[in-house]
Amino acid sequence: MASTDIAAGTLERHGLSDDQLRAIFRNMLLQRQLDNRGFQLNRQGKVPFALGSEGHEALQAGAAMAFNRGKDILAPYYRDLGLCLGIGLSPYEIMLSIFARAPDHNGGRQFPNHYSSKAAGLMSFSSILAAHLPHAVGAAYAIKYRAETGRAVLATCGDGTTSEGEWHESMNFAAVHKLPFVMLVENNEWAISTPLEKQMAEPQIWKRAAGYGMPGRRFNGFDPLETYAAVKEAMDRARDGGGPTLVEGCCYRYLAHSTDDNDMTYRTREVVIERRKQDPVPAFEAVLVNQGIMSAQEVAEMRKSVLRETNDATDSAEAQPYPQPSDLYTHLYEGAWQPWQS
Amino acid sequence: MSKAAPMVFERQGLTNDQLVAIFRTMLMQRTLENRGFQLNRQGKIPFASASEGHEAVQAGAAMAFARGKDILVPYYRDLGLALGVGVTPYEVLLSLFARAADHSAGRQFPHHYASRRLGVQTISSVIAAQLPHAVGAAYALQYRGESDRAVLTTFGDGATSEGEWHESLNFAAVHRLPIVFLCENNEWAISTPLSKQMGQPDVYKRALGYAMAGCVVDGMDPIACYAAIREALVRARSGGGPTLVEAKCYRFLAHTTDDDDRAYRTREEVALRRKDDPVPRFERLLAEHAILPPEAAEALKRAVLEEVNDATDRAEAMAYPAAADLHERVYAECWNAWV
Amino acid sequence: MAVVSANSTVMNNVETVRATLYEALRNDERTLIIGEDVGARGNVFLITKDFVGEFGERRIVDTPIAEASIVGIAVGMAMEGLRPIAEIQFADFIYPSFNQIVGEAAKIRYRSNGEYTCPLVIRAPYGGGVRGALSHSVSVEALFYHVPGLKIVAPSFPADVKGLLNASIDDPDPVLFLEHKKTYRLIKGEVPNGHYTIPLGKANVLKEGAQLSVVSYGLYVHWALEAARQLEQEGLSVEVIDLRSIRPMDKTTILQSVERTRKLLIIHEDNKFGGIGAEISAMVAEEALFNLDAPIRRLCGPDVPAMGYALPLEEEFMSSPAEMAEAMREMVKF
Repeated sequence: MASTDIAAGTLERHGLSDDQLRAIFRNMLLQRQLDNRGFQLNRQGKVPFALGSEGHEALQAGAAMAFNRGKDILAPYYRDLGLCLGIGLSPYEIMLSIFARAPDHNGGRQFPNHYSSKAAGLMSFSSILAAHLPHAVGAAYAIKYRAETGRAVLATCGDGTTSEGEWHESMNFAAVHKLPFVMLVENNEWAISTPLEKQMAEPQIWKRAAGYGMPGRRFNGFDPLETYAAVKEAMDRARDGGGPTLVEGCCYRYLAHSTDDNDMTYRTREVVIERRKQDPVPAFEAVLVNQGIMSAQEVAEMRKSVLRETNDATDSAEAQPYPQPSDLYTHLYEGAWQPWQS
Repeated sequence: MSKAAPMVFERQGLTNDQLVAIFRTMLMQRTLENRGFQLNRQGKIPFASASEGHEAVQAGAAMAFARGKDILVPYYRDLGLALGVGVTPYEVLLSLFARAADHSAGRQFPHHYASRRLGVQTISSVIAAQLPHAVGAAYALQYRGESDRAVLTTFGDGATSEGEWHESLNFAAVHRLPIVFLCENNEWAISTPLSKQMGQPDVYKRALGYAMAGCVVDGMDPIACYAAIREALVRARSGGGPTLVEAKCYRFLAHTTDDDDRAYRTREEVALRRKDDPVPRFERLLAEHAILPPEAAEALKRAVLEEVNDATDRAEAMAYPAAADLHERVYAECWNAWV
Repeated sequence: MAVVSANSTVMNNVETVRATLYEALRNDERTLIIGEDVGARGNVFLITKDFVGEFGERRIVDTPIAEASIVGIAVGMAMEGLRPIAEIQFADFIYPSFNQIVGEAAKIRYRSNGEYTCPLVIRAPYGGGVRGALSHSVSVEALFYHVPGLKIVAPSFPADVKGLLNASIDDPDPVLFLEHKKTYRLIKGEVPNGHYTIPLGKANVLKEGAQLSVVSYGLYVHWALEAARQLEQEGLSVEVIDLRSIRPMDKTTILQSVERTRKLLIIHEDNKFGGIGAEISAMVAEEALFNLDAPIRRLCGPDVPAMGYALPLEEEFMSSPAEMAEAMREMVKF
């Protein structure tokens, strides 16, 4: 942990208030709680699938704090539960997605965790890795095209996605046009079963930035405040017309890829246990308590509140109806179009 | 150009014969290319593509290529490289004339050579599509433990923007494959200048991001190119992994006979860059060091022209493929879609 | 089609594309063009010549060589409120962007339940007869017309090019606008002045006839018309229908025609197996079997990867008016 020195009692808070620090922590707790809830529901046979994001809590909460709601655009990937919460999605919306109910933003059509919200500036995306990045670049181009200042696109992806051709094409175009675009790589060292050393020869992804002619940096993704600072710097640069940045946050994927994956087939329990020592949630809890920003009591209250909120969201979402069979045919085009026109 | 002191050069272990051979390849490339343009202007062939400005990098690279061992996966501007690894002027003209005796039996666009015997892989016109193929071939070499062989693959600056370029370099680096990626950076992709193609102008600087060896070389200097490619191929063949070599050259002509570059660049820019023309520059160096005196150079030029004329006549006289040939060799045996 | 009125201009297909794009850029500031060599070069067929001088680089975007992201970036622009017209330099280069077209653009509205939409036009020159060989001659419509969420248009006449291109630009969903490159300069016609649209999903009866319905699109519509006129001289009456729109496709016009003539010949340049003709045949067999006095026939490109560069190979691949006339005669006389 780089930006806190617990023994010395100093905390680099990068201009964040106590309330903001607590909000970051709450986001982390809520992410973990909702994450777990998805897995529980799957084990109970109530939902067919869930994706985990344990290990990403600090990175996503910190990045979300640097996002300007109502102005910036988010182009996330399917492991960004915390980031989407952090920019304004509610636990209810999250659970609607997991349960695939009709009031879901996507009408229950999309896989869980494939959120979208026009109101929140959250672009619709698919499961295809890197396919959202040219979209994000196009949206950034639109911002620049309309000479809109103070707006930028925050795009995220995992380490695996950086091998995709479309990652490269997106970075290159963003650089050529100096677009208001930030590429945040959440490097958790695993792409399902592919470890970093099989994914790339150079494990520090930020080093590619120079090859595109854009700035790049790396930060500790287990530290939400260091994350906030790095993402804020990049987003400010983009919003002010300074062009794109590649920022790489290092974290770790504690769980398997999803409920359909068994990570014990490709890594050992010991390795995961060792990396658990860096778990950002208890680590930041310790920081807040040691700094006197929250008491142990307040932390316990916050956990209870998060659990309540999760339970309420679960119950409300589960009670919603599924989409109708006739809903399969809507929103194909604007208006009713059949392939054969009569 | 002022008559200064004799050009200094480092012969990099090349004999006089080899230096003259490099020059001959350069001359042959230029003469054959001009022939293609002439035939197009005469209405005899529909199309030819241009490679003036690339003579040094291609002849130099070809000299480093180990015939009978290495594999070449070129792109459509590699006339000189193809010549340098053993494709003959006759084969080039068969390709331009689309005759049945051509390697692709008249199917492929001109300059899309292939020769299993020479180790030249078949390519398409789709930019960067050949790079994953080159990587796959390198993987095969490594897989079979063939330790004294490598793949040389080439492309222009424009190709470096393609997703498949990235995917290919990344994979080659992860597996430390025996492959050399040679970028013939001529600063133009049809009408797209380098500044619109990339955010910074040095292709070789991307090697760092792949933890791959990378270097830049003067693409107008055939010996420097030879040395750089040789070093990279030696590294590849000895298990040292891939290299990204960037040769800085320039495209003097338009993209092809179907392009008019006056639409997007000035004559002044081209004229200025002509001063670096590698062919007269190398001719001058060889003369100054008495490796190829002027009379011998002239004789060489005449011999090259004669060879091109002969190849042109012979190729032109050959038959087109038969119409029925269209249906052949789609699959290994004769398969219709409905069985 | 000989008289030039005060209300129309005679243009060829490539001039029409150019003029239509020009007006679209002038009329809607959200419109922009993105593709390779569209700026200073003015597109390899000069369609956007001098556009960059007038509209600027911001609206005429010369991209790096990266087809997947040409379409993908355009998808993002569309999702974010612009009206991009993406260009793939030759349809043969469209394959790297296949996922962005089929997996993304076609599904944006559907997967977001209408919250996000993708008003995108992808233009691409296609087709052979220009010595384009394996990578500058292919037809790609059959790969895409299968996909719900996409629309596909392939006009053959200048007046249709303008009306359908305008309609495509206005369309709130992704449209693949295919331009047969051989018809660029070959086909001239009267084009009404002023802005107008032709609705997608409407075919056009080019020539009425009583003994055979011929359905075609692209370059071959012109050859089919020529063949049908030849047959007219021989006293044979052939109806020629120009599909114009491939997805959606005009069922009513086809069925009404077949109901009268009772015979159907489908002609297209693309490979036969799995081509557009297959869907038309199935539809007619399903809905009008008892209207038919002869089996449906398809005269199509051979099932080989592409036409070769050598002229005999290209000629073998392509159908001629004479070949079409022969097929028509056989069917009329069946």
